Amino acid sequence: MLEVRQLVKNFGALRATDGIDLEVREGETHAIIGPNGAGKTTFISQLAGNLRPDGGRIVFGGEDITQLSAPRRARKGLARSFQITSIYPEFTAVANVALAVQAHASHSFRFWRDARRDPQLLAPARRVLEDVGLGARANVLAANLSHGEQRQLEVAMALATRPRLLLLDEPMAGMGIEESQRMIAFLATLKGRHTIVLVEHDVDAVFRLADRISVLVYGRLIATGAPEAIRANPEVRAAYLGED
Amino acid sequence: MKSRLIGWSIAVLVLIAAPPLLLAIGQPFYLDLVRRIMILAIAAISLNLILGYGGMVSFGHAAYIGIGAYAVGILGFYGMFNGWLHLLVAIVASALVALAIGAVSIRTSGVYFIMITLAFTQMLYYLGISVAEFGGDDGMRLKRRSHLGIVDLNDPVQFYYVALVVMLVTVYITHRIVNSRFGLVLRATKSNEARSRAVGFSPYPYRLTAFVIAGAICGLAGALYGNHTNYITPGLMSWQQSGDIMFMVILGGMASTAGPVLGAFVLLLLEDLLSSWTQYWQVILGPLLVLSVLFFRRGLAGIFYKPDA
Repeated sequence: MLEVRQLVKNFGALRATDGIDLEVREGETHAIIGPNGAGKTTFISQLAGNLRPDGGRIVFGGEDITQLSAPRRARKGLARSFQITSIYPEFTAVANVALAVQAHASHSFRFWRDARRDPQLLAPARRVLEDVGLGARANVLAANLSHGEQRQLEVAMALATRPRLLLLDEPMAGMGIEESQRMIAFLATLKGRHTIVLVEHDVDAVFRLADRISVLVYGRLIATGAPEAIRANPEVRAAYLGED
Repeated sequence: MKSRLIGWSIAVLVLIAAPPLLLAIGQPFYLDLVRRIMILAIAAISLNLILGYGGMVSFGHAAYIGIGAYAVGILGFYGMFNGWLHLLVAIVASALVALAIGAVSIRTSGVYFIMITLAFTQMLYYLGISVAEFGGDDGMRLKRRSHLGIVDLNDPVQFYYVALVVMLVTVYITHRIVNSRFGLVLRATKSNEARSRAVGFSPYPYRLTAFVIAGAICGLAGALYGNHTNYITPGLMSWQQSGDIMFMVILGGMASTAGPVLGAFVLLLLEDLLSSWTQYWQVILGPLLVLSVLFFRRGLAGIFYKPDA
């Protein structure tokens, strides 16, 4: 599904991504963990196309997408959520999701019909909102949603594009315990139905959700494997898990 | 929604009734003033499309007023007075220039965008000054106004209603555009560009298209404005003129349908009122404008309406 080969990204003298090799299999939930500053967001930004790598290749569904822009990758089925919530605050929740639907319904050079009342956009948008549990909040301005709801909305926007691969960058960031638990439960329902790359700081969540885990330290992947294997890996324990 | 329709209906009725009333009380000057306001309101509406809805702070929108006006003047100079041709050339030429300016400037953002749009317009301004054939710095008088056949622009009342109709049609068209799929991409991308890109919209072609539409509409306003003043100078393309139009939009309320129209009326009526009291009117107008921006963050239209999304 997704293949990363020898990916390199430098920021000045700092090698933020240092020759990463990674394979994500169809249908799996693949978590990427690592301490702060390990380069997790840098890595996922290169997958999504927000950052251009300095070396290496990214192959998605058999196609080399290394040189494609973020919008083109999105249209090919790569959907991302951001670590810092990224929504359209001046639009209602359902309008946010409807825009995501619209982005994947051919071009938007349509100048006349009122898109705010277009059932072709609103019906799927409402369905996705119901799925993520925001159905009752559809007509609330996104800016007025709680932080947890905004994070859910962002995942809803990613889902509304009917992606082949979901890139979730710390979906639990900034959430309270209760909100986190709800988000984890929700992500568990996506498991198996979607291929997911989950970047997460919260180790407990990762061990509950992931089929496989890759550990990123100082820009390098030091281990990839099933959760039990990662838990038992001495190198990982020294570099990361042992800190807790 | 209903209150908006009522507001618009009252405004339109007042504007329809104004000419006979103004003539009856012997104030033809105000007919002229309101006509000028409505024409500049068209320019402000077009700027609002890119500034208010698109977040593109174009500081060179007067370029298209100039191009529209010069289209009328130059065609007339060569003996062509067909008004429909004038309007067509004004719109097409403005759209092409907007395409060229937009293609370059939309690759930038923030201060650079402001400066590049300003620089292009200054280029056109100096071009106008340097071409002696069309009057250079002094400008030139129109030989005749555009011949439109069905209406006579030499008749102040008929011209007034032409400006009114064009303004209302422009309001309606932009209202449709900003709520279409295209308009939503534009507004969403202004709200959060990173989100738009992540969700799959490439902003550039949408922004460029909006830029060209705004230029074309403003070119139409320019053609009317040339006929209105009956005299064409490079001053139509000055940065002060660009600033005036921008101020109408900001004062009236960005990203609202009524805002630019409201802004044009308030700014120009206030200007007229204050300048009749004192020659130092700008000293009063300036602080008033500053205060209005400070206290009405969504512009004058924001007093009446809640933002729509």
